[in-house]
Amino acid sequence: MTKEEAIFEYCTRIGDNAVILGHRLSEWTGHSPILEEDIALGNMSLDLIGQARGFLTYAGAVEGKGRSEDDLAYHRDAHQYKNKNINELPKGDFGFTMLRSFLFSSFAYLQFRDLVKSKDETISGLAEKALKEITYHVRHTSQWVIRLGDGTEESYQRINESLQELWSYTDELFEENDVDAFLQKEGISFSHKNLRLEWDKMIDEVFAKANLSKPVGGYQSKGGMLGLHTEHLGFILAEMQFLPRAYPDAIW
Amino acid sequence: MSESTNQWPIWEVFTQKKNGSSHEHAGSVHAPDAEMALLNARDVYGRRNEAVNIWVVPAIEIVASSPEDIGPFFDPGNDKMYRWPNFYKTPEGIKQI
Repeated sequence: MTKEEAIFEYCTRIGDNAVILGHRLSEWTGHSPILEEDIALGNMSLDLIGQARGFLTYAGAVEGKGRSEDDLAYHRDAHQYKNKNINELPKGDFGFTMLRSFLFSSFAYLQFRDLVKSKDETISGLAEKALKEITYHVRHTSQWVIRLGDGTEESYQRINESLQELWSYTDELFEENDVDAFLQKEGISFSHKNLRLEWDKMIDEVFAKANLSKPVGGYQSKGGMLGLHTEHLGFILAEMQFLPRAYPDAIW
Repeated sequence: MSESTNQWPIWEVFTQKKNGSSHEHAGSVHAPDAEMALLNARDVYGRRNEAVNIWVVPAIEIVASSPEDIGPFFDPGNDKMYRWPNFYKTPEGIKQI
């Protein structure tokens, strides 16, 4: 594995997380419970699309085969997508969306916080910008998790059900393989496994206020970063990629 | 407006465009409590770099003069030139006053 190949792989994972979750959040546009939240979800979605553009553009540049951000986003199939599976799950109800974003953003917050120190200047720069955005995502979504968990009987029951489902996709956040080992040796990326304790602390703090407890045991998904996905990803890609594939000459 | 109670309270939003300038009324948002009001205000009125600081105030807490007050409240100043600072010279270099 060359350094370029490792960076391509790593940046694609980050970019794919952002483009897939960004797509899921964009599905709320016009459907949110209130106008203010519609705008908030749209903002968060656009933040993520911006992050995806940055990381996929850089991945394409490092790869050196002339692939643009669009080539990577619109012309890869599901098995070539490297996002964590938690991000491709259907948007569910409002609580599910908020809880999913909270769980993922808390991880992304720690990941970007470390990447600011990356020896790769482009990655460090992209991480610095993304960190500010994700910090807000954590704040916004954690407030909703607290309010729904500590809300009415129904809101508690529904978000607790969402938690049981989402929890199966949380171990995967911390997965690593030889790509990570290679980049960590170079000082380009940092351990994900070591983030688990801090992540647990962030989650515990919010769950304590939300009367939620972390599920124990049960099925844990893995392999998103290797291209192993749920059946949901194909449907997202079908919708997202239809236009550029059907009309390759289409421009803004 | 009906008296429906399933709407969250309204919060008035004031944004400060840069350090040192006054907060100006930007609009209003619905929110269940102060923290969510602040977050909603940020998303609705602060997402394009419009602000460095935001205040949110429960709309119900704002005491306003009523339209009938316009005469007694505001007329008396109009014909008294000496109340206006027109005769003072602004010191050089002062940008905001």
